[in-house]
Amino acid sequence: MHRLIAALAGGLFGAGLMVSGMIDTQKVQGFLDVFGAWDPTLAFVMGGALIPMSLAWAVARRRDRAFGGRPLPGPAGRRIDRSLILGALLFGAGWGLVGLCPGPALASLGFNGIGGWLFLLAMGLGMLAAPHLRRRIDRQPA
Amino acid sequence: MAWQDWSFGLLGGVMIGMAGAIYLLGNGRIMGASGILGGLIDGSARDRAERAAFLAGLIGLPAVLALWLMPQTHLTGNPGLILAGGLLTGLGTRLGNGCTSGHGVCGISRLAPRGIVATLVYMLAGALTVALARHVWGVI
Repeated sequence: MHRLIAALAGGLFGAGLMVSGMIDTQKVQGFLDVFGAWDPTLAFVMGGALIPMSLAWAVARRRDRAFGGRPLPGPAGRRIDRSLILGALLFGAGWGLVGLCPGPALASLGFNGIGGWLFLLAMGLGMLAAPHLRRRIDRQPA
Repeated sequence: MAWQDWSFGLLGGVMIGMAGAIYLLGNGRIMGASGILGGLIDGSARDRAERAAFLAGLIGLPAVLALWLMPQTHLTGNPGLILAGGLLTGLGTRLGNGCTSGHGVCGISRLAPRGIVATLVYMLAGALTVALARHVWGVI
Protein backbone atom coordinates (compact mmCIF):
# COMPACT_ATOMS: atom_id res chain seq x y z
CA MET A 1 0.00 0.00 0.00
CA HIS A 2 2.82 2.43 0.87
CA ARG A 3 4.42 1.72 -2.50
CA LEU A 4 1.19 2.39 -4.35
CA ILE A 5 0.73 5.69 -2.52
CA ALA A 6 4.36 6.60 -3.26
CA ALA A 7 3.88 5.89 -6.99
CA LEU A 8 0.65 7.90 -7.00
CA ALA A 9 2.29 10.87 -5.24
CA GLY A 10 5.30 10.68 -7.57
CA GLY A 11 3.06 10.63 -10.66
CA LEU A 12 0.94 13.55 -9.46
CA PHE A 13 4.10 15.50 -8.56
CA GLY A 14 5.51 14.89 -12.05
CA ALA A 15 2.24 15.79 -13.78
CA GLY A 16 2.03 18.97 -11.67
CA LEU A 17 5.58 19.94 -12.60
CA MET A 18 4.66 19.44 -16.23
CA VAL A 19 1.35 21.33 -16.15
CA SER A 20 2.89 24.23 -14.21
CA GLY A 21 5.71 24.67 -16.75
CA MET A 22 8.42 24.03 -14.16
CA ILE A 23 10.11 21.44 -16.39
CA ASP A 24 10.85 24.35 -18.76
CA THR A 25 14.31 25.63 -17.85
CA GLN A 26 13.52 28.91 -19.62
CA LYS A 27 10.64 29.65 -17.23
CA VAL A 28 12.70 28.73 -14.17
CA GLN A 29 15.69 30.82 -15.25
CA GLY A 30 13.19 33.54 -16.21
CA PHE A 31 11.98 33.60 -12.59
CA LEU A 32 15.54 33.89 -11.33
CA ASP A 33 16.35 36.59 -13.91
CA VAL A 34 15.29 39.56 -11.80
CA PHE A 35 17.41 41.95 -13.90
CA GLY A 36 16.00 40.71 -17.22
CA ALA A 37 12.52 39.81 -18.49
CA TRP A 38 11.26 38.52 -15.13
CA ASP A 39 8.81 35.58 -15.37
CA PRO A 40 6.73 35.28 -12.16
CA THR A 41 5.21 31.85 -13.01
CA LEU A 42 7.25 30.02 -10.35
CA ALA A 43 5.71 32.21 -7.64
CA PHE A 44 2.22 31.07 -8.71
CA VAL A 45 3.37 27.44 -8.69
CA MET A 46 4.81 27.80 -5.19
CA GLY A 47 1.69 29.61 -4.00
CA GLY A 48 -0.57 26.93 -5.46
CA ALA A 49 1.48 24.14 -3.88
CA LEU A 50 1.41 25.75 -0.45
CA ILE A 51 -2.43 25.63 -0.27
CA PRO A 52 -2.98 21.83 -0.10
CA MET A 53 0.31 21.31 1.71
CA SER A 54 -0.62 23.76 4.52
CA LEU A 55 -3.97 21.98 4.90
CA ALA A 56 -2.13 18.64 5.07
CA TRP A 57 0.10 19.90 7.90
CA ALA A 58 -3.01 21.18 9.72
CA VAL A 59 -4.50 17.67 9.49
CA ALA A 60 -1.16 16.11 10.50
CA ARG A 61 -1.01 18.25 13.67
CA ARG A 62 -4.31 16.73 14.85
CA ARG A 63 -3.12 13.14 14.39
CA ASP A 64 -0.20 11.14 15.71
CA ARG A 65 -0.07 8.70 12.82
CA ALA A 66 -0.43 8.87 9.06
CA PHE A 67 -3.44 7.13 7.50
CA GLY A 68 -1.14 4.27 6.48
CA GLY A 69 -0.29 3.71 10.16
CA ARG A 70 3.24 5.14 10.29
CA PRO A 71 4.26 7.90 12.69
CA LEU A 72 4.16 11.41 11.23
CA PRO A 73 7.34 13.53 11.02
CA GLY A 74 8.38 15.18 14.29
CA PRO A 75 8.56 18.94 14.77
CA ALA A 76 10.64 20.86 12.21
CA GLY A 77 14.31 21.36 13.08
CA ARG A 78 15.37 24.90 13.96
CA ARG A 79 19.15 24.61 13.58
CA ILE A 80 20.46 26.97 10.92
CA ASP A 81 23.99 25.64 10.41
CA ARG A 82 26.79 26.04 7.90
CA SER A 83 25.83 22.91 5.97
CA LEU A 84 22.32 24.29 5.37
CA ILE A 85 23.55 27.68 4.17
CA LEU A 86 26.45 26.39 2.06
CA GLY A 87 24.24 23.65 0.60
CA ALA A 88 21.54 26.14 -0.37
CA LEU A 89 24.17 28.45 -1.93
CA LEU A 90 25.67 25.64 -4.05
CA PHE A 91 22.24 24.33 -5.06
CA GLY A 92 21.08 27.84 -6.03
CA ALA A 93 24.14 28.29 -8.24
CA GLY A 94 23.48 24.98 -10.03
CA TRP A 95 19.78 25.79 -10.35
CA GLY A 96 20.59 29.15 -11.94
CA LEU A 97 23.14 27.71 -14.39
CA VAL A 98 20.80 25.10 -15.90
CA GLY A 99 17.31 25.82 -14.56
CA LEU A 100 16.70 22.29 -13.28
CA CYS A 101 16.14 21.30 -9.66
CA PRO A 102 15.93 17.62 -8.66
CA GLY A 103 12.13 17.17 -9.12
CA PRO A 104 11.92 18.60 -12.66
CA ALA A 105 15.22 16.92 -13.61
CA LEU A 106 13.54 13.56 -12.90
CA ALA A 107 10.14 14.51 -14.33
CA SER A 108 11.68 15.55 -17.67
CA LEU A 109 14.12 12.64 -17.89
CA GLY A 110 11.89 10.77 -20.35
CA PHE A 111 12.01 13.50 -22.99
CA ASN A 112 15.11 15.61 -22.30
CA GLY A 113 17.46 13.52 -24.43
CA ILE A 114 21.06 12.80 -23.55
CA GLY A 115 21.39 16.13 -21.72
CA GLY A 116 18.79 15.07 -19.15
CA TRP A 117 20.72 11.88 -18.41
CA LEU A 118 24.00 13.78 -18.19
CA PHE A 119 22.43 16.13 -15.65
CA LEU A 120 21.13 13.18 -13.60
CA LEU A 121 24.56 11.52 -13.67
CA ALA A 122 26.30 14.71 -12.50
CA MET A 123 23.62 15.29 -9.85
CA GLY A 124 24.06 11.74 -8.55
CA LEU A 125 27.84 12.21 -8.29
CA GLY A 126 27.28 15.48 -6.43
CA MET A 127 24.93 13.71 -4.04
CA LEU A 128 27.49 10.99 -3.35
CA ALA A 129 30.17 13.62 -2.68
CA ALA A 130 28.04 15.58 -0.19
CA PRO A 131 28.74 13.47 2.96
CA HIS A 132 32.51 14.00 2.47
CA LEU A 133 32.09 17.77 2.27
CA ARG A 134 29.77 17.68 5.29
CA ARG A 135 32.40 15.88 7.40
CA ARG A 136 34.99 18.54 6.51
CA ILE A 137 32.59 21.34 7.44
CA ASP A 138 31.68 19.72 10.75
CA ARG A 139 35.35 19.27 11.66
CA GLN A 140 36.04 23.00 11.45
CA PRO A 141 35.63 24.98 14.67
CA ALA A 142 32.58 27.27 14.66
CA MET B 1 2.73 37.32 -18.71
CA ALA B 2 -0.05 35.47 -20.53
CA TRP B 3 -3.02 34.22 -18.49
CA GLN B 4 -2.08 30.63 -19.40
CA ASP B 5 1.24 31.00 -17.60
CA TRP B 6 -0.13 31.91 -14.20
CA SER B 7 -3.28 29.80 -14.38
CA PHE B 8 -1.45 26.63 -15.43
CA GLY B 9 1.25 27.52 -12.91
CA LEU B 10 -1.34 27.73 -10.17
CA LEU B 11 -3.07 24.51 -11.27
CA GLY B 12 0.20 22.59 -11.53
CA GLY B 13 1.24 24.02 -8.17
CA VAL B 14 -1.95 22.74 -6.53
CA MET B 15 -1.22 19.30 -8.04
CA ILE B 16 2.31 19.38 -6.60
CA GLY B 17 0.93 20.35 -3.18
CA MET B 18 -1.65 17.57 -3.36
CA ALA B 19 1.11 15.07 -4.15
CA GLY B 20 3.01 16.25 -1.06
CA ALA B 21 -0.17 16.04 1.02
CA ILE B 22 -0.84 12.45 -0.12
CA TYR B 23 2.74 11.44 0.64
CA LEU B 24 2.66 13.06 4.09
CA LEU B 25 -0.77 11.90 5.25
CA GLY B 26 -0.61 8.48 3.57
CA ASN B 27 3.00 7.43 4.16
CA GLY B 28 4.09 9.82 6.92
CA ARG B 29 6.96 11.10 4.80
CA ILE B 30 8.07 14.51 3.55
CA MET B 31 8.05 14.71 -0.24
CA GLY B 32 11.53 15.96 -1.07
CA ALA B 33 12.87 14.94 -4.47
CA SER B 34 16.56 15.25 -3.53
CA GLY B 35 16.10 13.31 -0.29
CA ILE B 36 14.16 10.49 -1.94
CA LEU B 37 16.71 10.11 -4.75
CA GLY B 38 19.76 10.77 -2.57
CA GLY B 39 18.83 8.20 0.07
CA LEU B 40 18.34 5.64 -2.66
CA ILE B 41 21.66 6.12 -4.44
CA ASP B 42 23.90 6.47 -1.38
CA GLY B 43 22.39 3.36 0.20
CA SER B 44 21.31 5.11 3.40
CA ALA B 45 17.60 4.40 2.92
CA ARG B 46 15.82 1.29 4.17
CA ASP B 47 12.54 1.86 2.26
CA ARG B 48 14.18 1.39 -1.14
CA ALA B 49 11.16 -0.13 -2.93
CA GLU B 50 8.92 2.72 -1.81
CA ARG B 51 11.38 5.36 -3.04
CA ALA B 52 11.77 3.51 -6.33
CA ALA B 53 7.96 3.48 -6.71
CA PHE B 54 7.87 7.25 -6.14
CA LEU B 55 10.58 7.81 -8.76
CA ALA B 56 8.83 5.47 -11.21
CA GLY B 57 5.70 7.65 -10.94
CA LEU B 58 7.69 10.89 -11.11
CA ILE B 59 9.61 9.84 -14.24
CA GLY B 60 7.01 7.58 -15.84
CA LEU B 61 3.79 9.61 -15.84
CA PRO B 62 5.35 12.76 -17.38
CA ALA B 63 7.10 10.56 -19.98
CA VAL B 64 3.71 9.16 -21.02
CA LEU B 65 1.99 12.57 -20.93
CA ALA B 66 4.80 13.99 -23.06
CA LEU B 67 3.71 11.77 -25.96
CA TRP B 68 0.82 14.11 -26.70
CA LEU B 69 1.57 17.26 -24.68
CA MET B 70 5.01 17.60 -26.31
CA PRO B 71 6.42 19.93 -23.68
CA GLN B 72 9.21 22.43 -24.28
CA THR B 73 12.08 22.13 -21.82
CA HIS B 74 14.70 24.39 -23.47
CA LEU B 75 17.49 22.42 -21.77
CA THR B 76 20.89 23.85 -22.65
CA GLY B 77 22.99 21.88 -25.14
CA ASN B 78 26.21 22.91 -23.41
CA PRO B 79 27.60 19.77 -21.68
CA GLY B 80 29.91 21.82 -19.45
CA LEU B 81 26.99 23.79 -18.06
CA ILE B 82 24.95 20.61 -17.57
CA LEU B 83 27.79 18.88 -15.70
CA ALA B 84 28.50 21.90 -13.50
CA GLY B 85 24.80 22.52 -12.81
CA GLY B 86 24.15 18.87 -12.01
CA LEU B 87 27.14 18.53 -9.68
CA LEU B 88 26.27 21.73 -7.79
CA THR B 89 22.60 20.74 -7.55
CA GLY B 90 23.37 17.25 -6.22
CA LEU B 91 26.07 18.42 -3.81
CA GLY B 92 24.08 21.41 -2.55
CA THR B 93 20.75 19.68 -2.03
CA ARG B 94 22.29 16.81 -0.04
CA LEU B 95 24.54 19.09 1.99
CA GLY B 96 21.62 21.41 2.75
CA ASN B 97 19.20 18.51 3.23
CA GLY B 98 16.62 19.58 0.69
CA CYS B 99 15.58 21.26 -2.52
CA THR B 100 12.59 23.16 -3.90
CA SER B 101 10.12 20.42 -2.94
CA GLY B 102 11.37 19.50 0.54
CA HIS B 103 12.54 22.90 1.84
CA GLY B 104 10.30 24.97 -0.44
CA VAL B 105 6.88 23.31 -0.66
CA CYS B 106 6.93 21.03 2.41
CA GLY B 107 9.04 23.24 4.70
CA ILE B 108 7.51 26.66 4.09
CA SER B 109 3.96 25.23 4.38
CA ARG B 110 4.66 24.34 8.03
CA LEU B 111 6.74 27.48 8.60
CA ALA B 112 9.90 25.41 9.20
CA PRO B 113 12.76 27.85 9.93
CA ARG B 114 15.29 25.71 8.00
CA GLY B 115 12.98 25.47 5.00
CA ILE B 116 12.34 29.21 4.91
CA VAL B 117 16.03 30.12 5.29
CA ALA B 118 17.18 27.54 2.71
CA THR B 119 14.58 28.69 0.17
CA LEU B 120 15.57 32.35 0.55
CA VAL B 121 19.27 31.45 0.21
CA TYR B 122 18.95 29.20 -2.87
CA MET B 123 16.65 31.69 -4.60
CA LEU B 124 19.10 34.53 -3.95
CA ALA B 125 22.02 32.35 -5.10
CA GLY B 126 20.06 31.35 -8.21
CA ALA B 127 19.18 34.96 -9.03
CA LEU B 128 22.80 36.05 -8.55
CA THR B 129 24.01 33.18 -10.75
CA VAL B 130 21.59 34.07 -13.57
CA ALA B 131 22.52 37.75 -13.26
CA LEU B 132 26.23 36.95 -13.59
CA ALA B 133 25.99 34.10 -16.11
CA ARG B 134 23.48 35.85 -18.37
CA HIS B 135 24.10 39.57 -18.05
CA VAL B 136 27.81 39.73 -17.17
CA TRP B 137 29.48 36.64 -18.66
CA GLY B 138 26.84 35.88 -21.29
CA VAL B 139 27.18 32.08 -20.98
CA ILE B 140 23.48 31.23 -20.52
